[in-house]
Amino acid sequence: MLAVKVHNLKLKNPVLTASGTFGYGEEFADFIDLNRLGGFVVKGTTGSHREGNPYPRMVETPSGMLNSVGLQNGGVEKFCSDVYHRIKHLDTNIIVNVSGSSIEEYCSVAEQIDALERVPAIELNISCPNVKCGGMSFGTDPQMAAQVVAAVRKVYHKTLIVKLSPNVTSIVEIAKAVEGAGADSVSLINTLLGMAIDIERRRPCMANITGGLSGPAVKPVAVRMVWQVAHAVKIPVVGLGGICTAEDAIEFLMAGATAIEVGTANFIDPAVTMKIVDGMEAWCNKHGISDINEIIGII
Amino acid sequence: MKEIHDFKLLASHRHSEHYFTLVLRHSPLSPMPPVAPGQFVEVKVDGEPDVMLRRPISVHDVDPEAGTLSLLVQVVGKGTRRLSLLTEGDSVNVVYPLGHGFSVDLPAASRALLVGGGAGIAPLFYLAKVLKAKGVDCTILLGGRTADLIPVRDEFSPFGTLCLATDDGSLGHKGLVISHPAFNAPYDMIYTCGPTPMMKAVARSAAERGIRCEVSLENLMACGVGACLCCVTDTDQGHRCVCKDGPVFDTAKMGKWMNV
Repeated sequence: MLAVKVHNLKLKNPVLTASGTFGYGEEFADFIDLNRLGGFVVKGTTGSHREGNPYPRMVETPSGMLNSVGLQNGGVEKFCSDVYHRIKHLDTNIIVNVSGSSIEEYCSVAEQIDALERVPAIELNISCPNVKCGGMSFGTDPQMAAQVVAAVRKVYHKTLIVKLSPNVTSIVEIAKAVEGAGADSVSLINTLLGMAIDIERRRPCMANITGGLSGPAVKPVAVRMVWQVAHAVKIPVVGLGGICTAEDAIEFLMAGATAIEVGTANFIDPAVTMKIVDGMEAWCNKHGISDINEIIGII
Repeated sequence: MKEIHDFKLLASHRHSEHYFTLVLRHSPLSPMPPVAPGQFVEVKVDGEPDVMLRRPISVHDVDPEAGTLSLLVQVVGKGTRRLSLLTEGDSVNVVYPLGHGFSVDLPAASRALLVGGGAGIAPLFYLAKVLKAKGVDCTILLGGRTADLIPVRDEFSPFGTLCLATDDGSLGHKGLVISHPAFNAPYDMIYTCGPTPMMKAVARSAAERGIRCEVSLENLMACGVGACLCCVTDTDQGHRCVCKDGPVFDTAKMGKWMNV
């Protein structure tokens, strides 16, 4: 009833988790059966180990939060030699979020992940707002976005999802550019660039000054962008941004998303993904829908 | 094993304008997982629109047989203020036990010093209780700006020698905890939790005297399980999560943190 397909990627249900909010899955193994997820997107992985940004790295804001982690991760070799072997037995789709500061770095990481049998897809992160070099700069210019996607496409042979930034004048233009360069799917939205100030201390709340806004506050922006992009491209869209409930997930599907990612909500309820899967099934039953694909993109 | 559980509020005790204790009872239908001294919980705050994320709060006391968990909470913002308004019988959703706690495997008759400041005294209570049960000789040194900023101090008395210090001299020794005569006595182990400058001073002194020391840190936190990497601290191995790798760290690996 809930099975969907994102390019060649078969999902038992449309519920994925968003990169950077779910670690490597194992952090949530005490709370949920990871095998019941459509899949999970692991933490942004770069060519070498990164320490990320100084702290404080987060601040809570109305119906959301800002973060500025800055792609802290152990690097692709550590993922392949260590983390991968701890999670590869899982009966769900492991998707690796691939990040970098140069086209060469993106390609090198993608190539190494390509060799991992149990990773059927990558999510190319051209939209991280919290790193100085690369990251979002690739995702805010259609030509640069197309260049990096075309280069990765040459070395990566499985499902290539490209994660888009909302911090652009026209996300549709970027989506079309990456579709033209060979992306199999686009996921959106990454966080919205924001800022908060501690007025008593008279300084920014985060060491990096600006950060990415996530959580329910961004949901209407995300739904709008998913709807716009879904109407403009032929490849499947993965929707994310503030999803906390099954109803939120269904809203994204109606807007045109084939699958969704749950992010910040994992922090509020570590078992929220299971509630969303169960809630989507209950919603379908209540509305006499035998195949969730019936509602995708009906708006 | 971590769990998400709806506790029932057994009692809420107000100590002062700044502090209160929540006593939570686990459902009798399932056993409460073991909780170690120094671990913490993440509490969901209901009914406050601006409070979305859970609030990390250290475990003050545990009674495994009664299935109760006590949290000593300082009112610092909207979330903790809302928690202070909970009443008996209210349901409190908690994710726990989280993080890496204190090392308590000391030989019997070891001498331990527990140094707490302000809300940092909270995790030291359960620590003192566990150490006392192991036959460790505890000196408990608590400090605050004024007497009313050292809540539940008398409850520590059964577990060791209680020493107090206040900035204004309204209770115990007048001055910082590190200037209290008991601070400089010989110890096998020092544990500390409180304001960062206090913990750094304690840790530096312990290092100079060659005494093993553990600090319990706090930081702004989102996930509580090591997934989001928001709550990192500097360690000699690079950034580490306060929520998962801590909140308790051995200061032998915290040179960078200690000396900044």
